Amino acid sequence: MEQQTQKALDQALKGPRFEKRIKRRNLVDRSWASSISVGGVGVIFSVLLIMFFLVYVVAPLFVSAKVEPTKVYALPGSPQAQTLFYGMDEYKETAMRITDEGDLVGFTIEDGSLLKQDGLPLNGARITSFAKVSEKDNILAFGLSDGRLLLTQYDYDVSYQNNVRTIHPKLSYPFGKQGVELAEEAICQLAARVDDSQLVIVYRLEGQDEIQIRQFDKVESMFSDETVLEEYAAGQIPVTDSVEWLKLGGYMRNLYLVSKSGEANYYDIRNASTPIHLQTVQLVPDGQNIRSLNFLLGEYSLMVGTDDSRVLQWFPVRDEQNEFSLQLIRSFEVEGESVSFVGIEHNRKGFVTLDDSNQFNLFHSTAERHLASVNFSDPLTYIEMAPRGNGALVETASGQLHVLEIENEHPDVSFSSLWGEVWYEGYEAPDYVWQSSSASTDFEPKFSMVPLTFGTIKAAFYAMLFAVPIAVMAAIYTAFFMEGKARQTVKPAIELIEALPTVILGFLAGLWLAPYMESHLAGFFSILLVLPVGILLFGYGWSRLPEPIRLLVPTGQRAILMLPVVVILGWMALSMSGPIEHLFFNGDMRHWLTFNAGIDFDQRNALVIGFAMGFALIPTIFSVSEDAIYNVPSYLVNGSLALGASGWQTLVGVVLPTASPGIFSAIMLGFGRGIGETMIVLMASGNTPLMDGNLFQGMRTLSANLAVEMPEAEIYSSHYRVLFLSGLILFIFTFVLNTLAEVVRERMRRKYGSL
Amino acid sequence: MKAWFKEGEHWVWFSAASVSISVVLVVGLLLMISIRGLVHFWPHEVYDYQLQSENGQTEQIVGELHDTKLKEIKNSESGMIEKIPQFLMKVGNRDIYGIDFRWINTADIIGRQDRLDNGVTVIERFEYGNVYGHLQTIIQEGQVVAEQKQVLPMMHQLVEASQTLYQRINHIEKVTLGGINYQLEQLRLEQKKLQAEDQYDTEAESALNQQRDELNAEFREQQAVLKGLYSQLNRMGEVSLSLAGGQVIQVPFKSIVRFWQPNNMSVFEKTGFFFNSIGHFLFGEPREANTEGGVFPAIVGTITMVILMAIFVTPMGVIAAVYMSEYAKEGLVLKIVRISINNLAGVPSIVFGIFGLGFFVYIIGGSIDDLFYEYALPSPTFGTPALLWASLTMALLTLPVVIVSTQEGLSRIPTALREGGLALGATQSETIMKIVLPMSMPAIMTGLILAVARAAGEVAPLMLVGVVKLAPELPIDFNAPFIHLDRKFMHLGFHIYDVGFQSPNVEASQPLVYATSLLLVLIIVGLNLGAITIRNRLREKYKALGN
Repeated sequence: MEQQTQKALDQALKGPRFEKRIKRRNLVDRSWASSISVGGVGVIFSVLLIMFFLVYVVAPLFVSAKVEPTKVYALPGSPQAQTLFYGMDEYKETAMRITDEGDLVGFTIEDGSLLKQDGLPLNGARITSFAKVSEKDNILAFGLSDGRLLLTQYDYDVSYQNNVRTIHPKLSYPFGKQGVELAEEAICQLAARVDDSQLVIVYRLEGQDEIQIRQFDKVESMFSDETVLEEYAAGQIPVTDSVEWLKLGGYMRNLYLVSKSGEANYYDIRNASTPIHLQTVQLVPDGQNIRSLNFLLGEYSLMVGTDDSRVLQWFPVRDEQNEFSLQLIRSFEVEGESVSFVGIEHNRKGFVTLDDSNQFNLFHSTAERHLASVNFSDPLTYIEMAPRGNGALVETASGQLHVLEIENEHPDVSFSSLWGEVWYEGYEAPDYVWQSSSASTDFEPKFSMVPLTFGTIKAAFYAMLFAVPIAVMAAIYTAFFMEGKARQTVKPAIELIEALPTVILGFLAGLWLAPYMESHLAGFFSILLVLPVGILLFGYGWSRLPEPIRLLVPTGQRAILMLPVVVILGWMALSMSGPIEHLFFNGDMRHWLTFNAGIDFDQRNALVIGFAMGFALIPTIFSVSEDAIYNVPSYLVNGSLALGASGWQTLVGVVLPTASPGIFSAIMLGFGRGIGETMIVLMASGNTPLMDGNLFQGMRTLSANLAVEMPEAEIYSSHYRVLFLSGLILFIFTFVLNTLAEVVRERMRRKYGSL
Repeated sequence: MKAWFKEGEHWVWFSAASVSISVVLVVGLLLMISIRGLVHFWPHEVYDYQLQSENGQTEQIVGELHDTKLKEIKNSESGMIEKIPQFLMKVGNRDIYGIDFRWINTADIIGRQDRLDNGVTVIERFEYGNVYGHLQTIIQEGQVVAEQKQVLPMMHQLVEASQTLYQRINHIEKVTLGGINYQLEQLRLEQKKLQAEDQYDTEAESALNQQRDELNAEFREQQAVLKGLYSQLNRMGEVSLSLAGGQVIQVPFKSIVRFWQPNNMSVFEKTGFFFNSIGHFLFGEPREANTEGGVFPAIVGTITMVILMAIFVTPMGVIAAVYMSEYAKEGLVLKIVRISINNLAGVPSIVFGIFGLGFFVYIIGGSIDDLFYEYALPSPTFGTPALLWASLTMALLTLPVVIVSTQEGLSRIPTALREGGLALGATQSETIMKIVLPMSMPAIMTGLILAVARAAGEVAPLMLVGVVKLAPELPIDFNAPFIHLDRKFMHLGFHIYDVGFQSPNVEASQPLVYATSLLLVLIIVGLNLGAITIRNRLREKYKALGN
């Protein structure tokens, strides 16, 4: 029998089939081991993936622009004539050149071949002056030698034939081909602006020493598509010959008369018949001259190109008396020589310069970035940026036209625009502002991370102010004093808060707590006083009670005793709200704060956030620090107690020093959670991106900002990438806090191990 | 006294009080949500007040009392500030009054007493909220068919009949017609696909057209049935009620969800009504921009997302945990894995949201669209926030929960069991598969339950990767492939955010938000308690094994 078994075993454990089975099993085992290892290391991979993906999205923000001259060909049209204007379509396929001889030359950008050649309806007159009326709509004004003003608009037709796009540039005359007859003499200097309802023309006639201002209403003609102009106001400003540039701002109120030597006279011409002289100011330092002058997109900032290789940005700033004056905002160094030309971008606040060292430089004003420069061999005379900022035409003095390809996706973001004070157009002083989008096309995006970071830290700070004392104290009591059985119910009960969806806490904070707090403000503050004093009195009173009663409740059960006390004290404090407000705050604390103390009050404020988010942070801090205290070796405690120290003295002298790294890491973890919490702040903070430490005002945090703006951000726009940057900041913030906490805890674990 | 302070007794009291404060806050919060959430389902009594308005006229207000607030009003004669209670009344009849809720000043009430309106009927309608009024007559095709005493029984009958009709209509509209529409859409996409591949010839065209014609014919047939049902509904007529102030309105039976007479109900009936309301809430469709009706689509959306997430997260989490406790050797790699898990747990949820949007939706989803669904472009199939991306994002977010819990379970299994397995000749993988993993199943379940609870309560990342205010279709239905990964879905947590903060009628929607909150809290607390119980049992079991 035994032999048989032996034989069977031998048969089963030998032979090719057995070998095969063993091989298969080993193969399975090995492939298991390797695939599980790959999967395990995959966790590292996923964390790295998140981080690298965030960096990958953010990185293009800080990349410089790429400018590449791609093609060059002879200037289309007459090479002798001076170029006044280039119009380009959005697809960078065709362009139209307008010269001072009135030639209209349409050509393809690809190779400069002519599409169309035409002339302006000059009727024998000469062009004596030129002004851009609307950068956005490409409306142009030509002052003629016979005193007429010709207004034209550049545009292009797009047609699709057999799915092939063809573009034809064209010129239209929204105010008629006849032009507006302003005078008999030649118009030698000109500025004009138009909006939906009116047209303002500022001009100077040949040989006259005054500037004429005329305002027209635009009236839709009843019979045709054309608009008729009706003059309603006119005025003059006397000037000297030295005035080289007439510049009229975009809102038709700011007129600047600028001379070569840099003297600018600033007028308010809202009322054309009585222009108000606001200021005379020197735009460039003494001894320097202005070479070129242009408005930035939006016609608010003056970009002054000097012969000292600099570009200065000036714009009107309002002071406390509500008066405007031109101020120097920032200056840009051009590494060349005298800045002969300042060109602008049509979709953002960027500009380009040409200078006497034949250099092309690309800048962004708000971000104060120098983005690219290109050297040419010939002197440069004219630059026109493509409508989307992705290309440019550069004209040289030798009659050539260079086509540039530009890759410049995010010029508007720089370290200084994210973290520094920036003086935005229309602001009274440099400031930290977050305002990512607006309806207008010439909007200057304001991407300051400072108010959001400030709001994040403010929210987390007030929440910690509430959560840390309660959570740490509760952890001390639960771990050190409480009896095992009670501890086993209390700990999960407090940890249950962590499981509560924050959307519910946010909803309660925003819709119930905020209005309740507003009406019981004094009550909430009196809790701060009533609760500690009440607890103290109760505790002391308890110690005076006769011993039999005192012994009924051992130290470990005091928390149960305190339950009704806390409820009653809280209720008392809240019901005192009314009387306190009557006694000290004229019946309404909120009203008193706003009008007597001068403190702004929002219903959804940092106080509400402090309570609501602090509540949400309690379990995180409580749980980790409770573990730390509970794990302190008991012989340490017993030794201390045996030496006659009281419970609390043991705690302070022995337990807390040992557990303090754990409590520290608990606080770090809580802070990290407060930084990243989204729903509570989103629902209860008001979401105003203001920098104000005021307890009674709201804030906007990085996380809430992401929740609000991310769904609307256009993919791969600067806004989208800046939002990812704020996500990256959150990630790094919490990464540092968590790693710090983990390292501290790790160390503590080792220390306990050795004890 | 000095000794008392010196011994630190006051600190002990403070720390005891901190525990009490935390417990009071938790319990208070849960109580508040429960009470406010449940009150929503209980039939409110309807009060009848006569108000003296300023111009001396009296006004009758009939409605439910929802809130009381003290308002300080300066007495014009004595100059003293008096606190006068204000009642928030739900007066309903939104189509007549314009608003559901009204604050009334109790000082204006004539007689100053709470008077129940005897025999008042509340009708819940599909549109314009509730009606509060007294039943008068039932009118069918212009004829009065029931008056006074006959009205109530007949109304019960008719409402029941209309409900049955509604169920049939609903079935046809949602399931039958919805299915046909879905198939038609699939045909359209197939045509686009064939066109894109240049295989759309006459043969394919006729085949598609034939299918389309069949579907259209069926569609028309079903529509005819539907039309018949609707006309049947219309023929049921209407009930006329007299409102407070004597006005009479007609409510057609087709717009009635249900009706009740709260002031004439016994406690037993009220309890029945209470559960009936809960049923309506759980299984009803949302109405009036989510401020009325039920949350059924949100429940379905949440559950579908959570199940999908569990399918993704379980293998990932278990593999990582097995690696850490069975395969990895103590060293740098393991340390980095631990730090990674800790960080993954600490990264703010909204960061997962933007990662999901940028990576899953735009990059992965966009590539899938480019590769497989090019014919449907520019309308995206997977390159837009959807169920699949939401569950993947949540899987990543809850990964550490599963890992940590599984790892704890694995570490509690006595080494002796593993060694026994190995000693009997099993390979390591066989030991893990046949001994270790089955034994740690409860731990894995615990982790999974905790992950599910976390995912059910998280809102911020979902807002970016697939949750919408109102989804036209459920993510699961009767059309193949039954689970539609590319659809957007509704979620209980987002429902709370949306209804509480974005709805035009905050007061009217608040009870519903409390009810939804209660539901969510119950789900999550239930899941957590379940997980804790399993975990505790597990610990006991292994303690025994270890000994």
